[in-house]
Amino acid sequence: METNEPLVRVRNLKKHFPIRRGIVFERTVGIVQAVDGVSYDIYRGETLGLVGESGCGKSTIGRTMLGLYPPTAGSVNIAGIEVTTARGAQMRLLRRKAQMIFQDPFASLNPRWTVSAIVGEPLRIHNLEPDRQRRDERVKELLELVGLSGRHVNRFPHEFSGGQRQRIGIARALASNPDFIVCDEPIAALDVSIQAQVVNLLEDLQTQLGLTYLFIAHDLSMVRHICDRVAVMYLGGLVELAASDVLYEHPLHPYTQALLSAVPVADPKVARKRQRIVLQGDVPSPINPPPGCRFHTRCPIAQPHCAQVVPEWRQAQPDHWVACHEVEPKQGF
Amino acid sequence: MTTIEPPARIGLAGGDVEAPPLSPGQMAWRRFRRHKLAMANAVLLILLFVYSFGGAFVYSEAYANYNDTTKRLQPPSWEHPFGTDTIGRDILARTIYGGQISLLIGITAVLVQLVIGILIGALAGYYGGLLDSLLMRFTEAVLTIPGLFLLLIMAKYFTGKVPDITLLGRTYSGSVVVIVLIIGLTSWPRLARIVRAEFLALKENDFITAARATGTPNSQIIFRHILPNTVAPIVVTATLSVAGAIISEAYISFLGLGVQPPTATWGNMITGSTNYIEGAPWLWFFPGLLILLTVLSINFVGDGLRDALDPRSRPE
Amino acid sequence: MKQDPALLNVHDLQVRFHTPEGTIYAVNGISFHIAEGEAVAVVGESGSGKSVCMMSLLGLIPIPPGEIVSGTAVFLERDLLKLPEKELELVRGRDIGMIFQDPMTSLNPVLTLGRQLTEALVRHFNLTAEEARNRAIELLQLVGIPDAASRLGNYPHQFSGGMRQRVMIAMMLACNPKLLIADEPTTALDVTIQAQIVELVQEIRAKLRMSLIWITHDLGVVAGLADRVLVMYGGTIVEEADVESLYERPQHPYTLALLAALPRVHQRRQSRLKAIPGAPPHLILELTGCPFAPRCEFVRDRCWRERPLLQPVSPTQKTACFVNPHTGEERA
Ligand SMILES: Nc1ncnc2c1ncn2[C@@H]1O[C@H](COP(=O)(O)OP(=O)(O)O)[C@@H](O)[C@H]1O
Ligand SMILES: Nc1ncnc2c1ncn2[C@@H]1O[C@H](COP(=O)(O)OP(=O)(O)O)[C@@H](O)[C@H]1O
Ligand SMILES: [Mg+2]
Ligand SMILES: [Mg+2]
Repeated sequence: METNEPLVRVRNLKKHFPIRRGIVFERTVGIVQAVDGVSYDIYRGETLGLVGESGCGKSTIGRTMLGLYPPTAGSVNIAGIEVTTARGAQMRLLRRKAQMIFQDPFASLNPRWTVSAIVGEPLRIHNLEPDRQRRDERVKELLELVGLSGRHVNRFPHEFSGGQRQRIGIARALASNPDFIVCDEPIAALDVSIQAQVVNLLEDLQTQLGLTYLFIAHDLSMVRHICDRVAVMYLGGLVELAASDVLYEHPLHPYTQALLSAVPVADPKVARKRQRIVLQGDVPSPINPPPGCRFHTRCPIAQPHCAQVVPEWRQAQPDHWVACHEVEPKQGF
Repeated sequence: MTTIEPPARIGLAGGDVEAPPLSPGQMAWRRFRRHKLAMANAVLLILLFVYSFGGAFVYSEAYANYNDTTKRLQPPSWEHPFGTDTIGRDILARTIYGGQISLLIGITAVLVQLVIGILIGALAGYYGGLLDSLLMRFTEAVLTIPGLFLLLIMAKYFTGKVPDITLLGRTYSGSVVVIVLIIGLTSWPRLARIVRAEFLALKENDFITAARATGTPNSQIIFRHILPNTVAPIVVTATLSVAGAIISEAYISFLGLGVQPPTATWGNMITGSTNYIEGAPWLWFFPGLLILLTVLSINFVGDGLRDALDPRSRPE
Repeated sequence: MKQDPALLNVHDLQVRFHTPEGTIYAVNGISFHIAEGEAVAVVGESGSGKSVCMMSLLGLIPIPPGEIVSGTAVFLERDLLKLPEKELELVRGRDIGMIFQDPMTSLNPVLTLGRQLTEALVRHFNLTAEEARNRAIELLQLVGIPDAASRLGNYPHQFSGGMRQRVMIAMMLACNPKLLIADEPTTALDVTIQAQIVELVQEIRAKLRMSLIWITHDLGVVAGLADRVLVMYGGTIVEEADVESLYERPQHPYTLALLAALPRVHQRRQSRLKAIPGAPPHLILELTGCPFAPRCEFVRDRCWRERPLLQPVSPTQKTACFVNPHTGEERA
């Protein structure tokens, strides 16, 4: 399924949010370093998972990648388009080729619009089906593609359940025939028995349409299931990236290890035997992140130099990236 | 027909009932129609318009301004059903012609308020940052100047500078236009602040991010996505403002700066009756009743409109 | 496990809400018991009636619109559902502790933490201010809040989500209750913080021999935490089992389907998840059959007409289903 050609290339991406105070004369009283220098590729046809605790900057990465926030530094290239500098026709092409699916099925659909207007919006904006009737036909097709009835076009979002609304959001994202979709926690707000439906749908659509996903989540079991490779994020930076089975079976970074050991396992036998690494304390604030390695304040294996030197983002093993001083590269590599 | 109890016995979320064959507009109309009070008041509002504009076919404007000093302050009678005023003019005829002006002032002043208030509130709320700071400081400045004071200055300044206009075969003195502009130009700040607050909250919704990710232009995001979600507070503010505008006109007229005599308005008819509140109650009762009916009916219609435009409210 | 005397015994609890949209049949005849020192998990999707069930025991649902149609809940030989409000308040403060998903709703935002903690201690145990303060510091240390003495002066918003949940646990512990009801206390927290809280509750429970009812929608959390599990669906208990049997051999089609739909973090990628079709029920009609019937792959004609009751299928397991999902045959 995956080739070696990156569809998306992110280099040293930074997004800082200034915190402003004051009414007429605003001054900056602090800076949230929401994303602070991340680099990775996403290959055509693959699903890259992005996991980390809430507030670590996952959504900010997704939005900055799509040019919805101007980046503070770095570059993002999607299918040959340089997102950070794209204008005019290039930007319009990007808006068609890259789309987004959201977490909250209630906030992500305009409550005053009918399903037909919502799903038809990308078609209208990009003038893909200028004819009104053809557009309605296409909307029906899209709804059926995501498992809803085409008869529902005149309904409003509030008439649907959470899972159905999420399908409407997916239909909208598919309308402009995108290559790349950022899925920002698309199942986190759904009932347990509905999550599998939506995940299966996303997988089917990927096979059918050759889509590439960035799948943001905090449910690590689902990430393992759906993703080819997984990136782990902590406080604005990536700490590890590897093929999912490698990451789950041989995590290198102490944060990844702790995160995986904290995942509840739906099997009492495994759960009892498991050795848990319970991290102490809370995630520090991204306003004044710790110097050196950002994880050193909670790290079980931290050394004195971890508090001073920022670890380099490197391949500890082929295609296994990690940012940690204490992880040795494999012999001979 | 089958022995199986239909599954509908267990209500399913978003049940697969047949899609309603109605368009959103039809649904809105249906919701409005079921709102009994709003429907009744819509009819009343139409009657008030018919009264003011249709009445002109029964009584001429000259008759409304004709004064017969021998018939001053007559109580209601067959000849003058609403009585006569201090200089012997027929009050019924004057409420008809006064109504034309009061209704026009009330509605157009609110339209001016809506245009400015929505524009400024939307731009400030949506774009934020420096533009927001500037627009909001300006709004607050307008808000802190006492409204009446501003009205008076503007009334003094504009009077005589705006030519008369002719509409539907009737000539309106320039002062009517001035009043409309003045009221419109002074009443928008409250609406602007309400609209801005709504925009600030609504623009954080994911459906706005989705629209931006699709490349929807800002103008469409503002007017098609966000604005329809703010109708409830806008309708409430606007309907209350119609009453305010009609009454503001009365204030200005009272101070002698509004619509000039002999042209009647409901407002100046009431202010002209202040010395006869007990002696000749018909002087203020009829224009007062008409203002009250207009204000109430507009508020109820606004209420119905707000529900009708909300797809979430049920057509029950 | 069975010999332990029951601390709480709930029988045929039915709760409804009368709303403008119609009656909501939130809890439809639930019976269960908790033994002393036992940890029971209540698992179900949102809207399955978990919270309403527990809250109605403590008199915490608004009446109206709520109505407790029937049921008894015997706790220490007294029926909670018949206790006058005054006495129920005492039970809530002293014998049964509760923690919720959003601790902010149960902490007063304008009072310092110290004030809220000591007030409870002074009220329930007649301690002096000085004693209460020392006890409060002790409790905060017990739940792992660093620098406890100086944090007594802080307001709730100055704590992170995980810290607030610890504070809630400390407040609850202040009264040394016999039973702790935790309503999705970790749902809003990250997995690493969830692990901390779960560990903390386990520790405290072992130390104080407290019974525990842990409400959650996450079958994962349950496995490492509970002795026994109640699975709820559509306002009913569809399965009750000790934790090993439940995961090894679920006896209700819903539990079976739910476990099958779950991806496993310690297993390599399977081909496809086995999704459950349809959506959970709106409880707007009185149940005439099995609430899971519309989504069940083993559904029979009688499932629509007749409500299956919770029946034992083994010494450790009960299920409310006419069909054995492993054989596909109707149960005797
Ligand atoms: N628009 C914004 N302005 C200021 N700060 C923001 C903004 N968006 C996100 N942040 C901050 O950036 C950090 C990362 O947020 P986010 O990307 O939403 O995290 P995640 O999606 O991983 O939960 C958080 O500390 C958040 O408060
Ligand atoms: N105060 C209330 N008024 C009306 N309905 C309620 C109220 N509280 C709960 N419900 C309804 O009762 C049902 C069960 O709710 P709940 O016990 O909160 O579910 P859970 O905790 O399992 O997510 C839901 O359908 C919910 O809408
Ligand atoms: Mg996020
Ligand atoms: Mg609940």
